[in-house]
Amino acid sequence: MRMRDPAALPRAALTIFVLLLLVPAFSLTEFNPGVLFEARSRETMGKFIASFFPLATSPEFLRLVMRSTLETLAIATAGMAIALVLACPLAVVVARSLSISRIGPGPGYLAGRILRVPARFLLMFFRSVPEIVWALLFVRAVGLGPAAGVLAIGVAYGGMLGKVYSEILESNDTRPTTALLETGSGRIEAFFYGTWPVVLPELVSYSVYRWECAVRASVIMGFVGAGGLGQQMELSMRMLNGGEVSTILIVFLLLVVLADALSALLRKVTA
Amino acid sequence: MRRAHWVVLMALLGATWASFAFLSLDLGQLASLEALGQMWRYVAAFFPPDLSRPYLARVGVGTLETLAISATGTALAAVLGLLLAVPAAGRFGPLPRAAARLLLNFLRSIPELVWAALMVIAAGPFAGTLALAWHTAGVIGRLFAETLENAPQEPAQALQLTGGRAPLAFLYGTMPNVVPQLVAYSLYRWEINIRMAAILGVVGAGGLGQLLYVSLSLFQQPQALTVIIAMLLLVALVDGASAWLRQRLAG
Repeated sequence: MRMRDPAALPRAALTIFVLLLLVPAFSLTEFNPGVLFEARSRETMGKFIASFFPLATSPEFLRLVMRSTLETLAIATAGMAIALVLACPLAVVVARSLSISRIGPGPGYLAGRILRVPARFLLMFFRSVPEIVWALLFVRAVGLGPAAGVLAIGVAYGGMLGKVYSEILESNDTRPTTALLETGSGRIEAFFYGTWPVVLPELVSYSVYRWECAVRASVIMGFVGAGGLGQQMELSMRMLNGGEVSTILIVFLLLVVLADALSALLRKVTA
Repeated sequence: MRRAHWVVLMALLGATWASFAFLSLDLGQLASLEALGQMWRYVAAFFPPDLSRPYLARVGVGTLETLAISATGTALAAVLGLLLAVPAAGRFGPLPRAAARLLLNFLRSIPELVWAALMVIAAGPFAGTLALAWHTAGVIGRLFAETLENAPQEPAQALQLTGGRAPLAFLYGTMPNVVPQLVAYSLYRWEINIRMAAILGVVGAGGLGQLLYVSLSLFQQPQALTVIIAMLLLVALVDGASAWLRQRLAG
């Protein structure tokens, strides 16, 4: 005996409703899977994919890829250094755990409040503009090449690190710091003897994780001309040289795996 | 500090120095008065943003296009992800399972922006949609596969033992248990994809990113600033809406 599904009608109605919602989206995105199966584009695509093999392995090209890979790593590292320089002071300013006026009447209440607002705003601005947009802007400002990538990572990651650092400073055990401040020590001493030892492991492990993200980001930023492996890939794409593209893709995947392993190792050593 | 810490610290300082040297970056020159003045003039050229009616209308269309790219891309990814998740959850034996997982890993490990650059035959928003779909299918497919593996087997088994065919047992025994989770995952990825779709256009894949790229290429900085503001607003709105919905649904 055949049974009918009692919920069939509402389900079908819901599906059709969702599809109807998607219809304007299909037209806005110029959705046209037919393009994928047209004879001409199938030929282009087929040729492009076929040209992925064999990989480009000429010694000159490999040397070029090697150089771009090192460049990508250097962009990520130098960018992180700039990000740290931006983030550390801003994080200390924004975090409330080192504030003396927090534990009682004291000088600097007003100054603290006034300083904190622009610092917070700056951090928010730095991190809410996506890194690839920063890269695009810096490419226009300082020209094509790795300098734009370094600055883009520095600014975007400076915003992210600053926010997370200040949260780490506030969310960890603040009792040692408070105790030091309450017994009359200066803020610098309170920071180095009360806060630093408590927060260090978390700061290090987060920063190392971010470095790993910066490696990935610096590859992608290369697409808009910010140097490194991405820029090399863009060039090869433009010339529709599939062999070179696939070599670079493989190097990119290896690089991500390697950065992942290195960051795991560093976190284990420093934990 | 332990000795290992010192070694790591020295290695990091060395690596940083080596990076600056390798890129032959001169921070002094980058921060010189002349360079800063040039940077300042560049920044000043962005103000005020172009708020003229026709341009705002174009940015509005760009925003709609971004939303459409993210919605279609996520919908395609959900379908493709589910199709791949069934073999990846081991429903057709170990060999298809390994193959499906390999494919999912491959789709997932190439970032959206790289996929967008690789879409040579489609241009504009359709390329962005496909790029989002490939990467998201990899992410969603893996999550779906795990959900399917963790779903209780008993309802489907009961249906099969009473004579139901396997596909129907899957649809009526397994799916009802996993659908809420699949929908939740897809909506979550949609949220991420809106943010991604806003910038995908930078490599020529439609939406707000493409407007930004074009206006910067034509040295129309005020228009570029308008697009950047629209991007920030869109992301803030999506963040707010998702936080509000989550609170509503959780409470």
